[in-house]
Amino acid sequence: MIPTLAAVFRKELLETLRDRRALLSSLVMGPLFAPLLFIGMLAISLDRSVSALDEAVAVTVSGAERAPNLVRFLREQGFDLSLRDGPDAELRRWIEDDSELVVMAVPDGFGERFAGGRPARVLVYADGSNSKAERRADRLRAAIGGYSGTLASLRLQARGISPLVAQPLVVDDVDVSTPAARATLVLGMLSYLILLVTLVGGMYLAIDATAGERERGSLEPLLTMPVPRAQLIYGKVLAAAFFMSVALALVTTTLALSIRQLPLETIGMSANFGPGVALGVFLSTLPFVTVGAALLTVVASFTRSYKEAQTWLGVLMLVPTLPIAVAGVLGIKANATLMAVPSLSQHLLIQGFLRGDPLPTGYAAISIASTLALGGLLTWVAGRLYQRERILG
Amino acid sequence: MIEVEGLAKRFGPVEAVREVSFSAADGRITGLLGPNGAGKSTTLRMLYTVLRPDAGSARIDGTDVVADPLAARRSIGVLPHSAGIYRQLTARENIRFYGELHGLAPALLRRRIDELVGRLDMTEFADRRADGFSQGQRIKVALARALVHSPRNVLLDEPTNGLDVMATRALRELIRGLRAEGHCVLFSSHVMQEVAALCDDVVIIDHGRVAASGSPEALQARFGGSSLEETFVRVLGEQEGLA
Repeated sequence: MIPTLAAVFRKELLETLRDRRALLSSLVMGPLFAPLLFIGMLAISLDRSVSALDEAVAVTVSGAERAPNLVRFLREQGFDLSLRDGPDAELRRWIEDDSELVVMAVPDGFGERFAGGRPARVLVYADGSNSKAERRADRLRAAIGGYSGTLASLRLQARGISPLVAQPLVVDDVDVSTPAARATLVLGMLSYLILLVTLVGGMYLAIDATAGERERGSLEPLLTMPVPRAQLIYGKVLAAAFFMSVALALVTTTLALSIRQLPLETIGMSANFGPGVALGVFLSTLPFVTVGAALLTVVASFTRSYKEAQTWLGVLMLVPTLPIAVAGVLGIKANATLMAVPSLSQHLLIQGFLRGDPLPTGYAAISIASTLALGGLLTWVAGRLYQRERILG
Repeated sequence: MIEVEGLAKRFGPVEAVREVSFSAADGRITGLLGPNGAGKSTTLRMLYTVLRPDAGSARIDGTDVVADPLAARRSIGVLPHSAGIYRQLTARENIRFYGELHGLAPALLRRRIDELVGRLDMTEFADRRADGFSQGQRIKVALARALVHSPRNVLLDEPTNGLDVMATRALRELIRGLRAEGHCVLFSSHVMQEVAALCDDVVIIDHGRVAASGSPEALQARFGGSSLEETFVRVLGEQEGLA
């Protein structure tokens, strides 16, 4: 059995390695470009949210001479104020021209009401449908609210009343998530990406070794070799599994290296993806390649042509990722039963590693055992399929 | 030595082979002759064990193809109708893969490949990738890999399909060479001249049955007709009349 497996394995390997298109799609596009694209987009969105915090908010002020202290306060708070007076209608036109513009208007009578101790109005004009303007307006409102609160305290003190009287309740937010756990929210897509790329890594070979071989008419002579048919197909599953393992190793390495480039610290997160975690992710996903390779081979065996196989396998790619999507929506936590579900268990294990809180060894054992069992069963099914005469098409 | 008795095979409602019996002796070239769809390929496919017969039996050098298919496959070399080769592998690698599956030792396998490359006149393209090979070159590779384990019996399904005159001549020479070495050669064809030029024995198959068999001369004597082609038409005509 070993020489047959070795001969088939070597031949499949050689064929795929020499096929530039196959190599590109299974080992370059998936494991290298997909993570880089993902990390790149993450980097851009992080960069935007970080710079938004640092950015001085630009606000146009109308009637600034009526509230000189407020204007000074806002400048001290880092607002970039430009002074420009105009009536209500004109203010609205400015915003129509530039929907990102935020305008604060100090109306007539502000001074008298303020001096009289009555609530003095300021108006904030912003286009609520423009998210950037809305963010600026929020910052402005918060700053005005802060100014107002400070003045209230001063007025109470001037009347001999403790400002605490005006604060019957106070809320303190206590965030117990660790920086790594917060990062997991952002990186929650990673396990999905890893499993998908792993599957894609073996897809080409799985199709080529079954539907492709039949379509090119090389299957029939192969079946005249004096070896059990099942062994031929086991060799092919082995080769597909090997390619998936290589894709998995590549995608893990790419992710580990590229995540370091993310400015996660600036938003209070840490990327927990050192060599140890990368190894853990690799080893906990590795058993999954048996399921992937055997499943793709079984499905490709049913199809009549290369094209048909590609169509089916494209759909099939979604099947192992389905439990992950469900788990993500329901916010499922790991338990012994769930760890027996291949792909979901890999997702949970990967998430554990990324969160810096690996799941117990027992859970990992359940995942490995159940995944290998399913992989073995599917491989056996693939072997049985090749006993049928119809396999020749 | 190939012995076939009462072989039958149906695919759903289609009776591809109804009752085929013949034998092909060592050191002789036996031709399965018949129109398209007569059941030649199906008969061969049962002999090289990719199809299981519904009835009847077939023995190759005394080994029953149903009872012990692996042993039967060891003693045959097969060139199927669609003899695809691996385009990403060189001619030599294609042959080596089959040699490995036959369990040949590396040294013996290398010697055997060199021998076949020389014999089939493949030196020029033996180390090139099969992608872009001509039909003749592909057939040579497929033939070489079928012969890599020096099988006693050689089964060829329409081997000259798509070959030009020179390639066909070369193939005939090779088949005659195999006969001279004492191999049992069984090949199918629907081309009369082919069979007339090569065969020691002819088995004419029509509608899944053996319509007639014997040496070309004997058939000609029995059914009359000045050429084998005419004989062939007469045999088939007789069958049609009976049906």
